[in-house]
Amino acid sequence: MAIEVPVFHVLILAGILFLLGLAGVLVRRNIMFLLMSLEVMMNAAGLAFIAAGAVWGQPDGQIMFMFILALAAAEVAVALGIVLQISRRFDTLDIDAASDFNG
Amino acid sequence: MTLDLVLFWIPGAVAIGATVAVITRKNASRALIYLVVSLLAVAVIFFMLGAPFAAALEVVVYAGAIVVLFLFVVMMLNLGRSSVMRESRWLQPGMWIGPFILVAILAVVFAYAFASVDGVDTKGEMVGPRAVGEALFGEGPYLLAVELAGFLLLAALVGAYHLGRRYLEERRELS
Repeated sequence: MAIEVPVFHVLILAGILFLLGLAGVLVRRNIMFLLMSLEVMMNAAGLAFIAAGAVWGQPDGQIMFMFILALAAAEVAVALGIVLQISRRFDTLDIDAASDFNG
Repeated sequence: MTLDLVLFWIPGAVAIGATVAVITRKNASRALIYLVVSLLAVAVIFFMLGAPFAAALEVVVYAGAIVVLFLFVVMMLNLGRSSVMRESRWLQPGMWIGPFILVAILAVVFAYAFASVDGVDTKGEMVGPRAVGEALFGEGPYLLAVELAGFLLLAALVGAYHLGRRYLEERRELS
């Protein structure tokens, strides 16, 4: 049996998680932590979708969450490849080093 | 209703605390473990909101696959004690001020936007995997999106292989 809560509370939680992820993206300079913060932000967006789906009792919220999941998986796979390249070429994980990335 | 709210905010508080730990830790592998805790707490919330399939996917794909991918890369890059020291050099307390102001502005906007849905409750129904599958693969509007997601995953597979291959070849030459 699922719980019945005001959707306002769920959205507040999703908003807090999203803003924490955004603060992480803005503050950190290490690419690994940047990517982790991005994961947190996408997860918060998924929580908002699930909340919307739970309001109507329809599966569409879960479907959008699955698309977010596929997007996150694809993004992480490519981004971690780029992290390996940056660490190989510049011997650092500083995101500013990516400005010198040409070609 | 009140009990439901308490039940909702227990994993909610765990998720918030673990996420704060993720963005403040200096050791990458510890931050990843906190990220797992945060994702599992959100999975519990998914289950309680009546989305058991999404909760299972959150555990299997997010906590099980994506975070493990992160852990592999952390191990490959061999981040040790020197990286923790470099991280404390990068993470000065004064750096939090600017982002905090921006986040606070966005929080005000969020609060204003979310106030419009005050008084709407979640339905309290379980929507199981069968309903999700029927909506996703049935005669619905999602067929094209499913195919596009397949293209996206294939492109990511090729891209990740291309980016990672040269790294592995170089390591083989060095050793």
